[in-house]
Amino acid sequence: MIPLLWGILHTLLVVAAAPWATGLTRRVKARLQGRRGASCWQPYRDLWRLLQKDSVIADSASWLFHITPYVVFVAVWLAATILPTLTTDMIMTPAADLIALVALLGVARFFTALAGLDAGTAFGGLGASREMFIASLGEPAMLMVTFSLSVLAHTTSPAHLVEFVLAGHVGLEVSVGLAMGALLMVALAESGRIPIDNPATHLELTMVHEAMVLEYSGRHLALMEAAAMMRQLLFLSLIICLFLPWGIARPGDAAPWLLVGLAAWIAKVAALSVVLAAYESWIAKMRLFRIADFLGGALLLALLATIFLYVSEAL
Amino acid sequence: MLGNTTLTEFLDGLRTVPQHQPWPRHLLDERAWMDLLHQLAESDWTLLGLWADGGEVHAALRDEEDGAVAVASLSCPERKYPSLSEVRPGAIRLERALRDLWGITPVGLSDPRPWLDHGRWPVSRPLALPRGPAPETPVDYPFLPVEGEALHIIPVGPVHAGVIEPGHFRFTCSGESVVRLEARLGYTHKGVEELMAGKPLAEAAKLAARLSGDSTVAYSLAFARAVEAATASEAPPRAHWLRALMAELERIANHLLDVGGVCNDAAFPVMLAHCTTLREEVLRANAACFGHRLLMDRILPGGVSHDLTREGGATLRKLCATLAQRLNILVDIYDDLPSLQDRTVGTGIVRPALARRFGAGGVVGRASMQGGDARKAVAYPPYDELDFAVPTQPLGDVNARIWQRIEELRESLSLVNQLMDGMPGGPLTRPIPTRGGEGMALVEGFRGEILLWLRLSEAGKVVRCHPRDPSWFQWPLLEAAIENNIVADFPLCNKSFNCSYSGVDL
Repeated sequence: MIPLLWGILHTLLVVAAAPWATGLTRRVKARLQGRRGASCWQPYRDLWRLLQKDSVIADSASWLFHITPYVVFVAVWLAATILPTLTTDMIMTPAADLIALVALLGVARFFTALAGLDAGTAFGGLGASREMFIASLGEPAMLMVTFSLSVLAHTTSPAHLVEFVLAGHVGLEVSVGLAMGALLMVALAESGRIPIDNPATHLELTMVHEAMVLEYSGRHLALMEAAAMMRQLLFLSLIICLFLPWGIARPGDAAPWLLVGLAAWIAKVAALSVVLAAYESWIAKMRLFRIADFLGGALLLALLATIFLYVSEAL
Repeated sequence: MLGNTTLTEFLDGLRTVPQHQPWPRHLLDERAWMDLLHQLAESDWTLLGLWADGGEVHAALRDEEDGAVAVASLSCPERKYPSLSEVRPGAIRLERALRDLWGITPVGLSDPRPWLDHGRWPVSRPLALPRGPAPETPVDYPFLPVEGEALHIIPVGPVHAGVIEPGHFRFTCSGESVVRLEARLGYTHKGVEELMAGKPLAEAAKLAARLSGDSTVAYSLAFARAVEAATASEAPPRAHWLRALMAELERIANHLLDVGGVCNDAAFPVMLAHCTTLREEVLRANAACFGHRLLMDRILPGGVSHDLTREGGATLRKLCATLAQRLNILVDIYDDLPSLQDRTVGTGIVRPALARRFGAGGVVGRASMQGGDARKAVAYPPYDELDFAVPTQPLGDVNARIWQRIEELRESLSLVNQLMDGMPGGPLTRPIPTRGGEGMALVEGFRGEILLWLRLSEAGKVVRCHPRDPSWFQWPLLEAAIENNIVADFPLCNKSFNCSYSGVDL
């Protein structure tokens, strides 16, 4: 009974905390620009406002356009629940692993891109084609990172990976460093942050993710925005659970340890959000075709991580 | 013989209009106009402007060799004239606008489409007598055709997501690469020429000051100088110096915002944040010294409306010291940021030859090796007594336009200090005599050289006033600059040009 309650808490946490993480990043960015910035809770107000509004839908839009926000929201939510936050003892642990996570994100991306094309506007098509261009490089890199970690830990389940790291089996390994570098690069691209995409821009011609959701409004937009925020939190969680898992509760721990795990997770998310904001403030967006070099680099790092592991095991 | 003739020699002996000041206006017949076209094909005289007044078409020209300026006029009773567009492509849009407003046809202009008239006015040819009827059916505007496989079109505007002026941009792309960009403007047409006709000077000056809000000082100055030329009067020396001071403050405020804006469009908002605070300090100093943040309506025909007090002078000196120091920090940030340089270097190149062909001045022209600056070329007071350089850049890319602005900012800061040092005393205004005449002024605004021509009636009212914004010759270059760049870099190019919409929509 108790694990079920914690499981429900975990499932709600990844939705409920996502706007806060985004709000924190925005606020830190504003402070770094010398502005006061909106409160960390502003994204909640924005989502609430959007949820109350009617959705305006283009005449040319098909059923696909209607269902996409729900599909995307659910897919990203499901993907986010795969990752342990406060405890490794989760309902989803036996059911899904990192490959399922990549696949769920792929589903969300696929539907977003189709919806971008569906209304037939120029910007939607532009955004969809760019998103696919980025995905074609980002997804293999992401999978490669997963593979290299699974070669190391003999599992693709994130909970077991956390156990493996916590058990102290991982020392200072070159492969882990390379995989972490690759994952950081992929995380920036996949969550649509500078230098790949600029979530704060109003310039339609430069948009990637925003261009695809340009036609959405009202509650549909709220779902798409919430999904984007969750995706950002998901990648923060992924980095935390693979490379900074200390503090997380383990199976069999008493309730206080779960609260410690929760506090540790929140603190780590906050710290990473601040780092993200600082990084974004000191770099300009990349020229579009440079993204290929950037993500190609990520793929190469991940590939090297895997090869090194094989080589070191063979020796 | 042809290539060596100067503008003065060419026009010498033609009938001149007595009351046109400060440069001569010559009346050409059809044959002389054709000779002028042939001569323009050979020489490198710059077309400064092309406008109409009643049944006459006027073309202002400058010989860059000796700096001589003259206006050539052709009377067109049959409401047509040989087009200048073949020899001066910068004339194309001016001729299209002129045809829309006056119904005077440029013979030989290859582009039959309207420019300012979108078919939504209640009349056609609004400045001609008699006016034409409005079109009965909506007018279709065919964009230039592009042929090839796998091309797609991205229409942008006229309503944009940012708070900017309206304009329509039609991109034809092959994947991400822009094959052709065509701009369609005219959405902020407000009928300035017609509004100004018949107005007393004070009212017309207000209209001129509002043609393009960010250049309000430059337009007020151009209007005042044109009126003073037409009435053969002169503002007192202190007014000249105060006017230059305001013009430089306007240039500083706008250049600061542009430098920040370009960086913001490369998703580097930190620079915009810093530049905006610096600009805000300039605007506050403006308000403290002259009682208006943008210095609107501070320059009037005959002088200026506000004096600079001792405290005001101290404020401005302090402002200059702060700006100079903090500008250096910002320049270092820009210079030390490879990710930003990677976006600006080599993006949106305007070749010097093209800038020359279109007679583009201002930041856009000077960033492509064009040295024109009315403060030097015309040297209107007090710039003839001041020591400043007109920097240019060789490469003509976005980076060059940023550096051009930075260097101009430094020159302007030095100019403000010089103006404070040498400010003469004396009255602020001199009355404008009530008399008729024609006057023209060339004034350097922050975008480039503004031409303003006007004709006054004997009662001292404006009969016709034509303001020509520098953006007329810069907009076409934007279309050339974006070619072979990617769509995602357009905002960067556009911001680095920062052309005026309102100024060219008239």
